[in-house]
Amino acid sequence: MRNAYFLGLSLAVAALVFFLTRTYGNDYLFFAGYTVVQFVVLATAWNILGGYCGYVNFGTAAFFALGAYTSVALYKFGHDPKLCSELWESLTGHECLVNLTTPENEKLKDFLFAWVIPQTIPALMLVAAVISGIVGFGTGYLTLRLRGAFFSIATLAMAVVLQTFVVNWNYVGGSRGAYVIRPSDIDILGLQLPYIQYLFLMMILLAAVSVAIARTIERSKLGYGFATIRDDELAAEASGVPTLKLKLVATTLSGALMGMAGAPFPYYIGYLEPASAFGLPYAVNSIAMPMIGGTTTWVGPLIGSILLGTLQQYVTVTISSAVNLLVSGVLLVAFVIIAPNGLVGLLRPFFIKIGRTWPRPSSKSKASASASAGSSPSTE
Amino acid sequence: MYVSADLLVNALVAGLLLGGFYAAVTVGISVSFGILDIVNIAHPAFIIIGSYIAYIVNAQLGLDPILVGVLALPAFYALGAVTYQVYYVSFEKRGQEALRGLAFFFGILFIAEVVLILVFGVDYRYVSAPYIDQSYKIGLIQLPMRMVVPCVMSLVMLAALQLFLGKTFLGRAIMAVAQDQGALRLMAADPIKIKRIAFALSIATCSLAGAFLIIIQPVEPSIGRDYIGRVFAICVLGGLGSLPGTLIGAMLLGIVESFTSTFFGPSWAPAVAFGLLLLTLAVRPAGILGR
Repeated sequence: MRNAYFLGLSLAVAALVFFLTRTYGNDYLFFAGYTVVQFVVLATAWNILGGYCGYVNFGTAAFFALGAYTSVALYKFGHDPKLCSELWESLTGHECLVNLTTPENEKLKDFLFAWVIPQTIPALMLVAAVISGIVGFGTGYLTLRLRGAFFSIATLAMAVVLQTFVVNWNYVGGSRGAYVIRPSDIDILGLQLPYIQYLFLMMILLAAVSVAIARTIERSKLGYGFATIRDDELAAEASGVPTLKLKLVATTLSGALMGMAGAPFPYYIGYLEPASAFGLPYAVNSIAMPMIGGTTTWVGPLIGSILLGTLQQYVTVTISSAVNLLVSGVLLVAFVIIAPNGLVGLLRPFFIKIGRTWPRPSSKSKASASASAGSSPSTE
Repeated sequence: MYVSADLLVNALVAGLLLGGFYAAVTVGISVSFGILDIVNIAHPAFIIIGSYIAYIVNAQLGLDPILVGVLALPAFYALGAVTYQVYYVSFEKRGQEALRGLAFFFGILFIAEVVLILVFGVDYRYVSAPYIDQSYKIGLIQLPMRMVVPCVMSLVMLAALQLFLGKTFLGRAIMAVAQDQGALRLMAADPIKIKRIAFALSIATCSLAGAFLIIIQPVEPSIGRDYIGRVFAICVLGGLGSLPGTLIGAMLLGIVESFTSTFFGPSWAPAVAFGLLLLTLAVRPAGILGR
């Protein structure tokens, strides 16, 4: 039950932040805030695999871009509902693989667009989650049985390969990029919202959900399983923990969340091209943020992404966007060397002193497992 | 599609030449990742730094890029020694190399790239040397010198390293570190010192590999990323820690990439390394000449 309360609480906080931002009355805040909240999702998602299981994923950008390009492909199809390719034509002699523009397909088209092919942001997020989750599962299945380093290298290389595919895929614009024109505003529950505010709202709700998921995992049987993998995988395997299965759950979940974060991105940015969608900054930031905050709790990525994300927005505006990337790189290296447990680890002694409870950075102390741990082993 | 004989032969030769260069790029990783078990994903970043040093000296003083690479060897050796010392004190000693060590190297890769972008911009840089524009033709085969020179030099470098690792006392000590650190300590040798020397050597190869890279193609800061997949694919394909394996893996990847770009278009070439890596990991994780 506590997990449900927490979900409700975080959604309420998200809604509160949204309405507070609205009172400020400047849409730029939504543009900047969207990026910060997007990184809350990415950092939290990364941490499910990286922080809880100890497997480093360098392919955040790949999953993110996968989500973004899912949206682009569906957007393109929504505006010109036929799928044609020369390859298909030369193989079969038919003109198009799918063509819903003809009069006889009118009914089918109406049905598909009403029920099957999503054009709203939450639906796009779900589709992106499924696709990125499958890719995460596939990569994990091929490489997670080996040493951890192979998985990391494979994710890094996967980003390059997916980028190669997108560059060669004309339908979504290839290396020229693709334009996605967002509506100027949207009507939800009788409330007329500028579209950027709507995107921000969707993203902050997603952030609330992903933080709640991360917290639930952390305190469930699943989370303890993850922690055993992180601490000593051999010992875990020997004591009967199904390590491969758990790792696959983590990879799939983490990939799916990253994909969801990417789905609204084309609508936010308006013009998407492979080099920016697959950019290294996503990977660096989503590693730097949990490392700065502290990797073993849900609080770490949240603090890290809000702090670093805000700092980056500030630096981008005041100095330059290249320096903002340098900031995350330098902070990442500094924190892994000097403060291995992140800000949570640094602040913990202070909070213990004043008698507050504070999430534990070390996994070795599990005595205070919450009562709900046994009853909710998994959350997906 | 009609495939003519000279197209086929030239693709093969181009692949072999490219493979020779890839061997130079990968040999450092074979030492650091294959022998020392240090997952140095920042390796390509050091190579790009080597390229830029070759570019600066070549543009200012007109020195031959490979000569610059040789002259910069001690500096890169020192850089490698410092990097290992930081890595050892911060991660290996604390037993945190798996998660934080990887993040550390990733951070270095990223910092190097961003600093190079801030200093030099994203323009492509290139070097000039008398042999770069030359090309010979033997029968059907085209031999562009900008490929031949790096390939030959990298074979020389590989042979020298193989001799060093196999024949000298220090080289054997490095191979021993990979097998049993405790036993090495019993022989009154300091494994940390030996690892530092080996890692410094692996970074020193970047100086030459960087010079080769900028001879073969113009270089810009973010180009290093394309090589991460390649170097690890070659390293795993050849078998971890085996230099002859590295050469075979590099030649294989070079040939496959060359055929891919000849018959499917160069934009598909980057995906080849990953396909090969996944295939190796799935079918034979030990690699061709693996232990």
